[in-house]
Amino acid sequence: MIGQNGSQQQTTRQARVQAQLQAARIQTERGRAKVLSRTDLQSGKYQRLLVMTAAAVLAAGSLLYASQSRAAGVGVHLESPRIDQSNDKSLQRGAQAFVNYCMGCHSADYQRYSRFAQDAGLSEEDVINNLIFTTDEAGERTKVGSLMSNNMTKEYGKQAFGVAPPNLALTARSRGVDWIYTYLKSYYVDPGIATTGVNNLVYPGTAMPHVLWDLQGLQTPVYGEEVHGARPITGLELTQEGSMTPEEYDGLVADITNFMAYMSDPIKETRHRVGMYVMLFLFLLLGIAYILKKEYWKDVV
Amino acid sequence: MSSNVEKQGGGVLGWIDERFPLTKMLEEHITKYYAPKNFNFWYYFGSLALLVLILQIVTGIFLTMNYKPDGNLAFTSVEYIMRDVNFGWLIRYMHSTGASMFFVVIYLHMFRALLYGSYKKPRELLWVFGMLIYVALMAEAFMGYLLPWGQMSYWGAQVIISLFGAIPFGIGDALTIWLKGDYIVSDATLNRFFALHVIAVPLVLVFLVAAHILALHEVGSNNPDGIEIKKNKNAQGIPKDGIPFHPYYTVKDFLGAVVFLIIFFAIVFFAPEMGGYFLEHANFVPADPLKTPEHIAPVWYFTPFYAILRAVPDKLGGVIAMGGAIFVLFLLPWIDRNPVRSIRYRSVTYKILLFTFAIAFVVLGYMGMQSPTPVGTLISRICAGIYFGYFIALFLVSRNEKNKPVPERVTS
Repeated sequence: MIGQNGSQQQTTRQARVQAQLQAARIQTERGRAKVLSRTDLQSGKYQRLLVMTAAAVLAAGSLLYASQSRAAGVGVHLESPRIDQSNDKSLQRGAQAFVNYCMGCHSADYQRYSRFAQDAGLSEEDVINNLIFTTDEAGERTKVGSLMSNNMTKEYGKQAFGVAPPNLALTARSRGVDWIYTYLKSYYVDPGIATTGVNNLVYPGTAMPHVLWDLQGLQTPVYGEEVHGARPITGLELTQEGSMTPEEYDGLVADITNFMAYMSDPIKETRHRVGMYVMLFLFLLLGIAYILKKEYWKDVV
Repeated sequence: MSSNVEKQGGGVLGWIDERFPLTKMLEEHITKYYAPKNFNFWYYFGSLALLVLILQIVTGIFLTMNYKPDGNLAFTSVEYIMRDVNFGWLIRYMHSTGASMFFVVIYLHMFRALLYGSYKKPRELLWVFGMLIYVALMAEAFMGYLLPWGQMSYWGAQVIISLFGAIPFGIGDALTIWLKGDYIVSDATLNRFFALHVIAVPLVLVFLVAAHILALHEVGSNNPDGIEIKKNKNAQGIPKDGIPFHPYYTVKDFLGAVVFLIIFFAIVFFAPEMGGYFLEHANFVPADPLKTPEHIAPVWYFTPFYAILRAVPDKLGGVIAMGGAIFVLFLLPWIDRNPVRSIRYRSVTYKILLFTFAIAFVVLGYMGMQSPTPVGTLISRICAGIYFGYFIALFLVSRNEKNKPVPERVTS
């Protein structure tokens, strides 16, 4: 009985040992599984590195390709003017030049005179006396609350220039300020253009005459080395002086550009100001939201 | 108040509950909807998509009050909103930014589903509803983009509609004329797109979103571990790894919403054009049927598919490839045959496949914005190959994948 009992104990002990062994084996297997998965990860790391490299090559290729295509698209380097939409004096000078030189043919048909008065720190009388030179359809002087339009019809514009002079109110957004600034500085004498006698580096074959010529003077092209049977224009040289020095002219063109940038987006200053308050509020709200979340989630384990 | 009413659940709420399942619905969908407790960053985008949908509907209503769906007035009326309507600029920029941000959120939401296998059984229908929302959203965005009646609106619509012309047997041409209501994109097209954009598609969208949420609450939310929390319930029948949606996820999603709104309003107030990606520069020129722009590109959220279209030399082939690129996503629950959902417990092969796919999608998106060049077309073709290759490879790989052991309970 005792022996039997002993053998039973032995078998149970054996079973226990076996169970322990098995558990250990499972553990080692799990360990091996873990090790296996670690090597998996190791190879995964290399493979991921490979993918990342491929991605980087692709991205670099695309960038190179993009820079090339962009370089091919625009032949002229566009200059950036130093402009500031909050500079009322600059806007006023720009507006003055705009109504005098541009609005003979162009309109700015989304912009109101009165709105400009408000935004550029002028009284409506100032604007009426200094900036409104057009008449409305009834032949009366344009009202200060009206849009900045003119009387040139599309048909007449087409007849005169071959293409109707476009509305300039949004040009700063469609072409960009750099384009406008560089365009107004890039006229040169070109006898090949029969209608206006001038051409433009930024917009070759433009139908617009150089309306600011008496201010800037006239530029003639400087040609570089011959390439593919043609000599490219490498720069422009002032050959006939205007009433302004080059620095003064650049300043005026920057003011006109600033005014056009303002017209394309008159709300910009307000937008930025309101935006600051909205951001301030949202960041305060963020703090509250964060504390609220933390408070509720502290009992989630 | 009599005690009788008190017993029924009290006051006004009790009165309503006897006649309408208000409390029952609130409990089912919010206060007693148990969501897994281990949601991570990727799980914000569902509620954010709902937020953007509401923003779009509300701002859209206000825009409609001043917008004129007329070929001669549309462009001017948008400028009128921007300049003369009180805070019109804010409403308009919120709507235009909202359109792009909707796609940002939706793409991230969809990528989440890919990461954690949220489309797998029993969530196939949930995924299909989501895909239908995505398609409806593309239609909504496409038709909405015509409304400002700028050059890019006009020519973008012209190009996209002309794609239907690739359908053979004379069907294509008839179809494009039927869609446009004219031989070119014109006032007739603008008017019907307006009708579809402001009422037809939004109605479909709202209905689909409701179906999407109902399907979600029927099967329960997936989670980053990809395991069913309903398998481990406590004595009360509540999943051990679940927490009630309200208040836990309402406060968490509120935090996410605030972070999102900071980004959203930073764009609205400080960079509404987003460098020409959200509002294209050429769209500040009124539509001119006689002047084709040098470079016509759709808005960024369509460009991956546009790049696939251009990658195929044949027009009909390109249209089929583009349609196929969207359609194949519908089949994803049946293409992926691995029962393990989360990427955390799937093979390295799958990880590589998914990330290559994601990179190819982004590169395609970039390529779709550029004017075509030989190198660009080659890159587009490679990436289009990767795009479709992903689904084929997934179908083959997922059958016998070497998965890692999936835990019983969610990991934190």
